Amino acid sequence: MILSALRGINANKLRSVLTLLGVMIGVASVILLLAVGNGSAQTVNSAISQLGTNTLTVRPTGGGGGAQTAASTGSTKQITMAVGREIQSAKLGHVRAVIPQVAGSLTVASTTASETAISVIGTVPAYFTVGTNSVATGSSFTTEDVTTSAKVAVIGQTLAAELFPTGSALGQQVTVGGTPLTIVGILAQQGSIGFNDPNSVIIAPISRIQASFTGYGAVSSLTIEATNSDAVAAAQGEVEIMLNQLLGITNTADEPYTIINQGSLLQTAATSAASFTALLGAVAAISLLVGGIGVTNVMLVTVTERTREIGIRKALGATRGAILGQFLAEAATLTLLGGVLGVAVALIGAQFPITGTLPVILPFSIPLALGVSVAIGVFFGVYPAARAAAMRPIQALRAI
Amino acid sequence: MTPLEQTGDTPVLQLTDIHQVYGTGDAAVHALRGITLEIAQGDYVAIMGPSGSGKSTLMNLLGCLDVASSGTYLLAGSDVKTLDENQLARIRNRQVGFVFQSFNLVPRMSALGNVELPLVYARVPRAERRTRALDALDMVGLADRANHQPQELSGGQQQRVAIARALVASPTLVLADEPTGNLDSASTDEILAMFDLLARDGRTIVVITHEKHVADQAHRVITLSDGVIVSDRITANTPMAGSRS
Ligand SMILES: Nc1ncnc2c1ncn2[C@@H]1O[C@H](COP(=O)(O)OP(=O)(O)O)[C@@H](O)[C@H]1O
Ligand SMILES: [Mg+2]
Repeated sequence: MILSALRGINANKLRSVLTLLGVMIGVASVILLLAVGNGSAQTVNSAISQLGTNTLTVRPTGGGGGAQTAASTGSTKQITMAVGREIQSAKLGHVRAVIPQVAGSLTVASTTASETAISVIGTVPAYFTVGTNSVATGSSFTTEDVTTSAKVAVIGQTLAAELFPTGSALGQQVTVGGTPLTIVGILAQQGSIGFNDPNSVIIAPISRIQASFTGYGAVSSLTIEATNSDAVAAAQGEVEIMLNQLLGITNTADEPYTIINQGSLLQTAATSAASFTALLGAVAAISLLVGGIGVTNVMLVTVTERTREIGIRKALGATRGAILGQFLAEAATLTLLGGVLGVAVALIGAQFPITGTLPVILPFSIPLALGVSVAIGVFFGVYPAARAAAMRPIQALRAI
Repeated sequence: MTPLEQTGDTPVLQLTDIHQVYGTGDAAVHALRGITLEIAQGDYVAIMGPSGSGKSTLMNLLGCLDVASSGTYLLAGSDVKTLDENQLARIRNRQVGFVFQSFNLVPRMSALGNVELPLVYARVPRAERRTRALDALDMVGLADRANHQPQELSGGQQQRVAIARALVASPTLVLADEPTGNLDSASTDEILAMFDLLARDGRTIVVITHEKHVADQAHRVITLSDGVIVSDRITANTPMAGSRS
């Protein structure tokens, strides 16, 4: 049966190739489009878990490093470590921790290797409890280290591997912009959410970075950790009032800082990613439909074309069942083959980023796409053949 | 139903007052208007008549490719009206070999494949199918063209493939509708010689033809006109003593 089906397929190469292509493209595009949607949704979701959904970021606006122009704001003060400490010690109802950060870009070197323009962060130990910023090997630096401006650091995995390709970075010395630091911990691997590799970073006590590089003025940002993810908005209000008091701001319409609620931004992004996936799914469904109509068309033309052949076969003693079996086997073999090729194309295509996101294949999309296309192909391959097979032989023979 | 065991003068085909009407109302065409006819086992019958006189219509009924509007047709004793779809398919497969004027080979399928088809539907095992099909092709002198496709063969060769296909399942009844109508005289002679052999082999043969020398080969010539039989005569070369009306 399969052998004679293959013979029939071979005998009608052009229409076989067209059917095959139709099914293949339909199946591949459904799987890939859903995978692209899913991939972007996953990127957003991993970003959410990395940042934590219960954090706010306070960033000074205007002037690098937080230097402000006081003119319009009515404020002469900057957001400093001291401001951070005051907010922390005020024990606001919805704020668990205030984590000040200073940041820079410096050359980091070991005795054997050197990397330029590495992101250097100065902060406090609480930094390692937020999101996925945890220490995988060794330990974080301590509050004591911050007090004493200790020359210690925690390093990201990529940077560690680049500077110490042969052994563990733990306990080794690196020089950061000329200052020697001892590595006490290695960060857990982090998923990439932007253009910068979050694993190529070095983190030291904030006092150390201030002493060596940035000075004791404004910090780059304050990360505010709310008590839980539902308290973020309340925490934002509390922090805003407190900051305005501390900085002596009278014109609240023109604050010299912004508070970014990344969690809520990402939630919005996640929602739009989900609707993006749904949209892609709809496009995919349409392409499957169009592919199906193409296949249907080829099958209908084929059967009309082959009605005479059906007449000949009936004249030679083929039963209706034998004719149906033949067309079923042909249609099933063709569409299955096309479907499997489509899955292969999708699996290969999913290895490459499409518009910046790596597609992640949804497992259910494979049987769905295969099932629908094979069902369409088989139905429209067999249904017209069934009608032709039900004719009297002479009717089918007279068909042109 | 065992028509293969039919012997002697027992009528293998028996038609009584057969009418065939195509279409309805004003457009109705009365192709056959009361045909009553018996054909015995081993007969070699030629059917003649002007174009449109109903020859093909009659032939299609004989080969169970179509059903009559009215009248009874007994094939080897059983009324074809009472047979179901699968029984008719079986009759077409085992008992009837049909040769068409337009060859009707399955396109893009080798000569061997075409000849094997009736055996495929008779569920003959692959190996036996192949030998029998090759034997049939050999008989029509085309063993060396077994793997050629129809479009690579001449008209005469295609018709010989079609004859091999009609004979491969050893049918008792061979029906040929103007088998030489599309052929040159050399091919016509080859095919006539083949029918002669079959007749001597005891097969029942019904041939439609326009050509007198084709009809002259037969034992009996029936002439149709406007859907009725206008003459039915035994030719000189009949081996049978008995007469028929
Ligand atoms: N399928 C059909 N539908 C309508 N009329 C038909 C059909 N087949 C044959 N006829 C008509 O029936 C008559 C007999 O046709 P046919 O048996 O083919 O004649 P012959 O074979 O003797 O030339 C003709 O008038 C023809 O036009
Ligand atoms: Mg005719």
